[in-house]
Amino acid sequence: MRLLINKLVLGLSSLAAVIGLVFLGWILITLIIKGSEALSPYIFTHDLINNGIRNLLFGQFVLAGLATIIGIPIGIMAGIYLQEYSNGSKYADFIRDLSDVMMSAPSIVIGTFVYAVVVMPTGHTAGWAGVFALFVMMLPIVVRATDDMLSLVPTELREAGIAIGASKYHVIVNIILRAAKVGIVTGLILAFARVVGETAPLLYTSGSSVYWSTDLSDTFPSITVSIYNLATMPDDKMVQLAWAAALVLTFFVLILNLLGRYIIREKHH
Amino acid sequence: MKDIANIMEIQDFSFTYPKAENPSLKNINLPIKENHITALIGPSGCGKSTLLRAMNRIHDLYPGCHYEGAIKLKNQDGSIGNILDIKKENDFIALRQRVGMIFQKPTPFPMTIYENIAYGLRIAGIKNKNDLEEIIVKSLQDAALWNEVKDRLHQDARGLSGGQQQRLCITRVVALKPDLMLFDEPTSALDPISTLAIEEMILGLKEKYSIAIVTHNMQQASRISDYTAFMYLGDLVEFNDTDVMFTNPKEQQTNNYITGKFG
Repeated sequence: MRLLINKLVLGLSSLAAVIGLVFLGWILITLIIKGSEALSPYIFTHDLINNGIRNLLFGQFVLAGLATIIGIPIGIMAGIYLQEYSNGSKYADFIRDLSDVMMSAPSIVIGTFVYAVVVMPTGHTAGWAGVFALFVMMLPIVVRATDDMLSLVPTELREAGIAIGASKYHVIVNIILRAAKVGIVTGLILAFARVVGETAPLLYTSGSSVYWSTDLSDTFPSITVSIYNLATMPDDKMVQLAWAAALVLTFFVLILNLLGRYIIREKHH
Repeated sequence: MKDIANIMEIQDFSFTYPKAENPSLKNINLPIKENHITALIGPSGCGKSTLLRAMNRIHDLYPGCHYEGAIKLKNQDGSIGNILDIKKENDFIALRQRVGMIFQKPTPFPMTIYENIAYGLRIAGIKNKNDLEEIIVKSLQDAALWNEVKDRLHQDARGLSGGQQQRLCITRVVALKPDLMLFDEPTSALDPISTLAIEEMILGLKEKYSIAIVTHNMQQASRISDYTAFMYLGDLVEFNDTDVMFTNPKEQQTNNYITGKFG
């Protein structure tokens, strides 16, 4: 009887795993088949106005990149505060809980929030509003990644630094951050991968544009919002381009994730 | 007991951890003798590590500790200061440079072997590259670690074996030329051969340095220490020459502990 239950559970969990893999494979295969139709060097060298995705890719990276550049220092410093300076206060626990809630907040809610506080008062969508929305999404991820990685650094290492005459500041900068470096960098890559593929926070904030743009105070191109727009167009060519753009984006996020995981694995060996 | 100068004198010392109701150490009086090794022994929870960690005030990393009494440290000019009076960050840094500490687990910093030693030296104000080099080589030679690491000085210190890491941590403290070195069960995470190497190193150090060592291992205390303090439940039960302590202790409790009746 026990053997039977064992086999049954094993079978069911294997089946569940297979179902998960089937869908992932299905998505990837569909993407590759549909996406490769319009995939060509041409789309990487032309903007959307000329049926390319160059401006979309550039826009996406500018938005996510700026959000990362602003989010990383603030997030890391907040993580350092939580782990090194808060001494387990209730305030720190509150920030941790809040970050966890923020991380699971639906991205459309964050998009709507930024729409209400930035886009509505200024009256138009702008690249900066998109950057802000992605920053809000990213911040709790960086905070918690830093917090978690610092918590893995043994207390003895902090004490050893202090015991050799280093100030707390020097111990944190020269010893603790260095010991946690690989973990934090991995967290940052995964955080970037998380926001670079977001649509909802950008939909009402940075808007969309078919032109090349470097002006963040105006409507700004992004690949995710444009995929959404193109996919709903009646023109087959545009739908094909949407598939190609989706394929490019997916592979990019996949590579970032693999890179993050690879670094984690390297660290453990 | 022979009349030997004290590097440190702990007087009527009591210590209470943050948020604790009762003191973990009660009314301790203990001298630490210059250029000798003093071992602190006792069962788990007796307060021996707590006492050791008060000697460089590493407890102060965690706010809310309460001290009473005095811990007097002899300065290089012969004057005496109470380390419990220290309040400023700079004075804490100076104290820890003079009273070094080695921990139970090896704690190499995440940097090269060379940088592990250079780090503390730079903080102590030695920045000249030649001076650094000279001190680092000399310290490693003194620690009998030089031959093992001379070809890998610029490799990550975390690649060394556990015993080598611990000897590096000791070297790192020795390089600062402290007045007193505190060892908190330095061999409890190591194998017997590494333990022997560390014990020999500690014995060699007492010519130049004063040493206090916490150990669980009574054989270790009897092998390397000149004086032994036996602690139990936050009290100092007995302090004596190690020879006397292990052959003819005054207190019944000490006798029970060293003969293995409890522990």
